This record gives sequence, structure tokens and C-alpha cells, in this order.
Amino acid sequence: MKFGVVVLPGSNCDHDALHVAHDVLGADAEVLWHKETSLKGADCVIVPGGFAYGDYLRAGALAKFAPIMEPIRRHAEAGGLVLGICNGFQVLTEVGLLPGALMRNQHLRFLSRDVILRTEEIDTPFTNALTEGQILRMPIAHGEGNYFADDATLDELERNGQVIFRYCDDEGRLTAEANPNGSARHIAGICNRGRNVLGLMPHPERCAESILGNADGLQIFKSIAASFASV
Amino acid sequence: MHATVTVELKPSVLDPQGKAIEHSLSSLGFAGVEDVRVGKLFRISLAESGQTRENVETQLRQMCERLLANTVIEKFSYTLEE
Repeated sequence: MKFGVVVLPGSNCDHDALHVAHDVLGADAEVLWHKETSLKGADCVIVPGGFAYGDYLRAGALAKFAPIMEPIRRHAEAGGLVLGICNGFQVLTEVGLLPGALMRNQHLRFLSRDVILRTEEIDTPFTNALTEGQILRMPIAHGEGNYFADDATLDELERNGQVIFRYCDDEGRLTAEANPNGSARHIAGICNRGRNVLGLMPHPERCAESILGNADGLQIFKSIAASFASV
Repeated sequence: MHATVTVELKPSVLDPQGKAIEHSLSSLGFAGVEDVRVGKLFRISLAESGQTRENVETQLRQMCERLLANTVIEKFSYTLEE
């Protein structure tokens, strides 16, 4: 299988994602420049973190008009895998591939620290290497990660098992202190109805090697690879 | 023609930035500030195109829906002047 890592003007986690996919996981991986109109045969497209187009207007708002977005939309609609990390998550909500929006953090501060996540669903190509309820530690680095959707949408996400990760404490409890940014129902990551598009605010690509002190994020990449191995 | 577009969070969406400003105004001694909501204002100059006002308004609405506002969380309004 092959990863394609999108590079938008202002992406800054693209090489981390490429490194994890290619060097750590050992998968085929290629950069997808924002002006490209083809995914170069990528099976899983990663929209990485950063500040695409300077986050002008709204985070992710201008990125949706990048030429590369059209093939990504078609890929997603055909069931192809798309992973949006941090700014990539914001982009995917703006593009309309994921519901809801990411708003300013509740306490208005840019947060750069580790958070604890609870794995809510393992029945996705992104989480099949995890166990249900598994606790993960991952870094966040965002000013706009406060997940918002109206109640009807949130209910629907829960009903369909589309809430994939929630912010929790060390014991997996959803305490108010464990929610770093005020996200609705502690949501840190969601998938689409078809379960082939995942967006999350934490950075799995920044914690994928034990030499860096934490390899929890590698499980996401391993899951993606495993979902192709089993086909 | 000149359009002025205002984009703001929907009333149902919490605005922490507005809340922080509201608190700051109160602590500066401005009594009676009950609520502050922060929005964005766009001044758009439109070339004379001979289009009907109705068409221009339709275009403005499309601009708002496709780019200027994220209608999941924001609402928009506009005024149009010759």
C-alpha cells in the first residue's frame, strides 16, 4: 500500500508524517504537492498539520480550494482512506468530508502538550491495531481544536460509532480537566459515515518512535497498513 | 458597488473570545456590559457589471456560503451600496 502526504502552503508536519510512513513503518510514501491534480496512486492520503494558507480567514478555509482537494474528495467518496491530522482535520471539516467545525480553544490559548486519549472504536481502518478503550498518549499543538457540532449531529456521530477518540484522564474518565480545549463531548477524533475518513486533533506522527519517548501514534499507521494487508 | 459583509458566530455557539472581552470591559470599569460577540467584517468593492441588484445579492450569498462564513458555526449578513 502507498501513503500520499499532502503539502499545502504552510503545512509543517508533512515530513514527520512522511518519515513515520516511510522510515518507521517501512511503507511506500510520496509527497503530494497542493497544485497536483493526481494522488499518484496513494491508497491513504494524509492531510498533515500546520497552518495551511496561514490559517487566513479560518483554519482550513482556503485550503479547500487547493487543486489537490478535488482528487482527495473523489478518493474519499470512492471509499479511499483519508487521514486528517490537526490542521488536516480542520481542512477536512471545511471541505465537508467530516461533519462539524473546529473552533477557538475554550480558554483561548494555543496548547502544545501531551493529552490522554481513549479509543472509542476499533472498527475502522485507522484503529484496528488498537483495543477498545485503549488509552493513548499523544501531543496536541493547536489554537483551534474545540470540536463543535449541533446536538443532532453529535447524537448521530455517537449513534453511528463515528466518535473514534475522546480526551480523558489517565484512567479513561471524561473529567472536565481532561478536556483541553472545550470540545463537545470530549471529542478528539471522528470518522465519516463510511469510516474511511478520519480526522483528529492530536498528532500520532509526533509520537511514533520509542526513541522519542512514545510510540503510541504508530498504532494508527500500523492499523492503516494492516487494513490493506487483510484485503 | 460596495458590499459590507458581517460574519459572526451563531447565537447558539459559545464565543469565548467575546466572553473574555466582556470581562475585560467590565474590569476596565465600563458598567452594564452584558454581552460581547466577536465577528468579522468584509468590505468588498464590486466592479460595475450592469447586473441586477438581485443577481449581485445572489453572488454575495454564494461568496458567504462558499468561503466567507462556515455555516456550521457562523451566520452572515450584508448590506449593498451603490
